[in-house]
Amino acid sequence: MAKDMRDIYTDTLLDLAKTNPSICVIEADLMNATGTRAFKEAYPDRFFDVGVAEANMVGIASGLSAEGKIPFAATFGTFASRRVYDQFFLSANYARLNVKLVGTDPGITAVYNGGTHMPFEDIGMMRLIPDLVIIEPCDLVSLEKLVRQAADHYGCVYIRLHRKGSHTLYDADESIELGKAKVLRDGSDVTLIASGFVLVPEALKAAELLEAQGVSTAVIDMHTIKPLDEELVAAYAQKTGAIVTCENHQVFGGLGSAVADSLTGGRPVPMERVGSWNKFGQVGNLEYLQEAYGMTAREISARALKVIERK
Amino acid sequence: MKLSVEELKKKADEIRILVLEMVETAGGGHIGGSLSAMDVMTALYFRIMNIDPKQPDKPDRDWFILSAGHKAAGYVPVLAERGFFDKDLLPTFNQLGSPFGMHPDMHKIPGCEASTGSLGHGLPIAVGVALSLKLDSNPARVFCLMGDGETHEGTIWEAAMGASQYKLDNLIGIVDYNKCSMDGPIDQVVSLEPIEDKWRAFGWRVIRIDGNDMAQVVGALEDASVPQGKPTVLIADTLKGKGCREIEGDYHWHYGVLGSERLDRTVRELKGGSNG
Ligand SMILES: Cc1ncc(C[n+]2csc(CCOP(=O)(O)OP(=O)(O)O)c2C)c(N)n1
Repeated sequence: MAKDMRDIYTDTLLDLAKTNPSICVIEADLMNATGTRAFKEAYPDRFFDVGVAEANMVGIASGLSAEGKIPFAATFGTFASRRVYDQFFLSANYARLNVKLVGTDPGITAVYNGGTHMPFEDIGMMRLIPDLVIIEPCDLVSLEKLVRQAADHYGCVYIRLHRKGSHTLYDADESIELGKAKVLRDGSDVTLIASGFVLVPEALKAAELLEAQGVSTAVIDMHTIKPLDEELVAAYAQKTGAIVTCENHQVFGGLGSAVADSLTGGRPVPMERVGSWNKFGQVGNLEYLQEAYGMTAREISARALKVIERK
Repeated sequence: MKLSVEELKKKADEIRILVLEMVETAGGGHIGGSLSAMDVMTALYFRIMNIDPKQPDKPDRDWFILSAGHKAAGYVPVLAERGFFDKDLLPTFNQLGSPFGMHPDMHKIPGCEASTGSLGHGLPIAVGVALSLKLDSNPARVFCLMGDGETHEGTIWEAAMGASQYKLDNLIGIVDYNKCSMDGPIDQVVSLEPIEDKWRAFGWRVIRIDGNDMAQVVGALEDASVPQGKPTVLIADTLKGKGCREIEGDYHWHYGVLGSERLDRTVRELKGGSNG
């Protein structure tokens, strides 16, 4: 059976745990959803299921870290952000500890779980925490490489993890570096900056649509949202003079805001943002929700044409 | 409406069939915890609570807060059967544009008092409603249904402390103690024992019942409805998946779909009243 993104997450942790006895996994009654049962079986001593108690989970992860462990704690993205924010902010980050927090089912990928389970605000909340690293891998290859680097990096990391399904956009030997965005295709008229499993492929599709209309389009995978690769953003702002950001999140506070924040200190260019506009989540399948929130290649290319006009 | 115990038993099994058929059409749903709590929900809606489907907002109504929001697959058919909306809507469960999803939305479902789904939210809301009713000298009561796994959440215990501090004898909690959370048998995840002592220590009156025995459920809910100066909790021992013999007690059936053959067998059994 093909592996899901979550299987790669668990496989990577299993591999890291072989040589690093500090790697621990901590869950809040969603082990079967996160897919970490295999870790529990392989390393029962280093696996803790704290029950349906997410804030407690992050507090415990902080204590594990204080005593030298490297805990990977996971739950649905809504709970990994809103439910545990104070614990993560203070017990983990303010304490300058080494907690890796995983929020699964980003944005519309929560599908039928609906509005209570659909995180459109987690990146925005997490961006406000000083020094926190935020990553959102878009495929199997980058997921594995970034989880390894997250483990190696001393400090807290928020990992926005797409759980079910998988695809590969990168070759296995591609170098992926935390904090360094990847240019997936080059172009000179407009830059699409995207993150995550749903919107990086949509941005690539949008680039095809645009190229067919003679628009030379660059696409960047912003797998690390914090610290943002400001150098690359500035370079492409200059090179193409127009930017569209694409995120499975509210347009406020997330990737679009991060890119805009970074450009305000330098030389801003016209920007358009694709993402959820001030809306709560709802029930639906992925296709329906992509339409409902305008997270499609069609919407991205329409915004691209618009932003080019604003140059 | 005041059904007898015998009628309630039959009604609960009829609604179990609605749940299973609805989930079958939807392609998935939280079957296990919806079936375990069905006897309690049926007793509340068809005998205990003062409610009127024609006036869901009437000021003297009793309140029901589904703290364990994922039991919506059980709750929505109860509301339909009680007449809050047309049963023909049930097959839209989890379809695009439907008022019903995996977690209940108070702005879309007539009779639903709280949009839940994030566990641990319902009991604090219920405490607030109970406080407000007291402020208004309104004699209505508040019933709050929790999952056992849900009571791992700290907010449940924060609310429990507050409820006894405020002597909320108009508040009745029910813990659907089906001994399963998602990751396994609850004793192997994080045990709740000694569960009665815990609630008692938090200032609650505790009534322990077999939550799948209708006579006990009715007796306990009627008993709990007599105010005694403190909140009451029913610890309802239940079986996850109750009524579908092939999945009863198995934590793997937190979420799923029976498939047509198993569904047919189960429906036949339930029609025969095998649920006792
Ligand atoms: C805050 C929160 N954390 C996690 C979940 C995911 N979740 C849904 S149901 C469930 C298990 C709940 O167990 P229990 O309350 O015993 O429910 P039951 O067995 O009665 O269905 C979990 C972890 C959630 N909905 N909300």
